[in-house]
Amino acid sequence: MSALLSLRDVWIEYGEKIVLERVTIDIEEGSFVSIIGPSGAGKSSLLRLILGQEAATRGSILLDGMPLTPECGPDRGVVFQRYSVFPHLSALRNTVFGLECAQSPLLARLFGRARSAAVEEATEMLDAVGLGDSLHLYPAQLSGGMQQRLAIAQALIKRPRILLLDEPFGALDPGIRSDMHRLITRLWRDYSLTIIMVTHDIHEAFNLGTRVLALDKRRHDPHAPHRFGATAVYDLALRKRASDAAGEEAIAAPENGDRHHEEKIGHG
Amino acid sequence: MRWVNRHVSRGDRLLLGAVPILLLVLLYLFLAAQRHAANQFDKILPLPDGMTKAMSGLLFQPDQLTGQLLFWADTLASLERLGIGLGIATLAALLVGLVLGILPPVRATFGPLVTGIAVIPPIALLPILFIALGLGETAKVALIVIGIAPVMVRDIAAHVAALPREQIIKAQTLGASSWQIMIRVALPQAMPRLLHAVRLSLGPAWVFLISAEAIASDIGLGYRIFLVRRYLSMDVIIPYVAWIALLAVVMDLSLTFLSQRLFPWAHGVSH
Repeated sequence: MSALLSLRDVWIEYGEKIVLERVTIDIEEGSFVSIIGPSGAGKSSLLRLILGQEAATRGSILLDGMPLTPECGPDRGVVFQRYSVFPHLSALRNTVFGLECAQSPLLARLFGRARSAAVEEATEMLDAVGLGDSLHLYPAQLSGGMQQRLAIAQALIKRPRILLLDEPFGALDPGIRSDMHRLITRLWRDYSLTIIMVTHDIHEAFNLGTRVLALDKRRHDPHAPHRFGATAVYDLALRKRASDAAGEEAIAAPENGDRHHEEKIGHG
Repeated sequence: MRWVNRHVSRGDRLLLGAVPILLLVLLYLFLAAQRHAANQFDKILPLPDGMTKAMSGLLFQPDQLTGQLLFWADTLASLERLGIGLGIATLAALLVGLVLGILPPVRATFGPLVTGIAVIPPIALLPILFIALGLGETAKVALIVIGIAPVMVRDIAAHVAALPREQIIKAQTLGASSWQIMIRVALPQAMPRLLHAVRLSLGPAWVFLISAEAIASDIGLGYRIFLVRRYLSMDVIIPYVAWIALLAVVMDLSLTFLSQRLFPWAHGVSH
């Protein structure tokens, strides 16, 4: 079993305060890992670590066997709870942005044939997340759920090795959230994604994940609570492969032929 | 119905907005008429016909010395100084503010310098400017630039630095370099704020323009006002001040219009 991402004895410390200690995790390609835990248990720190937004104080992180540089890059996509789309660009331009950055280092804009190819690819991606009718709307004109769909499309167009989700559906109302669950499950299967999702919602964690990691402190010193960090206290592999997830979805919604029908887009 | 819930329609807004202005004009006319009844040669509160007579000379008759229509020559000279000053300040605010806001090492290096310059009262620098640059146009434009640019730079830098961290991270995960983040993420989002900063700087810019013209100049709206003050010519001063107010209002409104036209996403488009 070769791991796509492996953390070896990773610690994160901010001065005196220890946030994570002795975290050792291997994440396989194609898995959907949910990370749960109480507030302040370092869920988001772990995500920022994998994202490259911060560096580990100790330990090593390998992606595809190579040490991870502590800087964000296009091999790891991300969707935050909020602010992950650019308010000054329409949905289409938000999605094309990733292609423009790679192909035009100086201007970050494409022209002519390269542009129409990029627009076509972005349109396809937006169709896949159910935003085919909203190409030219600004994010402020989209509902919360649609903004998250856009953030997902924006990330997926770069074909990241890992997609990181930081409480992506936390701000959505329950009906829209279940639509989004179906969407992310379908995208995960269709694009063979590896997903790591931080969530507060324990149902969401078990429904979506093939594996659930619970972070918490193993030890607690009442006189110096900040001196012990959290680590993975539970690591549950759920017997749910991609094919099973597809089967479940087929039972849940019999007309699987046209998947777009079952996912209503919330206009909340 | 509570007053906080009373919304005023567009037509009513125009009407209501005009009422206090009209009242002030009426009050002025009443006081002026009263003074003229007591003394028909009163110079302090001139009546409209007096102002028209005085202004028509400046508007339509060429000056005997220079052959210029003074009112238009003054307006042109002042607007040119103001325009060049505002243009340089705006460009500086955009370039410096953007770089300071988005690149932490640059902010650490030049932030204190910008803050230091911003806290100096610009008028205190006017003697230095006159000594260094002479009494010509350069010193006047430089005063406007030094007066408004630091505040604008700090405003833009703060605005860019306050962009959500998530956006900057997201751009990096989409493969953007520092340069690409600057021109595609920070710059477009700084633009509406820049126009807003220009609008707010119009007032100070006029102050510095009039000050510079009052102290050393031979043409310009501020120069004319301070020149005719010696003859108590309120019949010229009041129309000039009204004209300056009108110019400022037109600039303000056109900047607002421009911002709404160019950056609809920044002006509350919603679903």
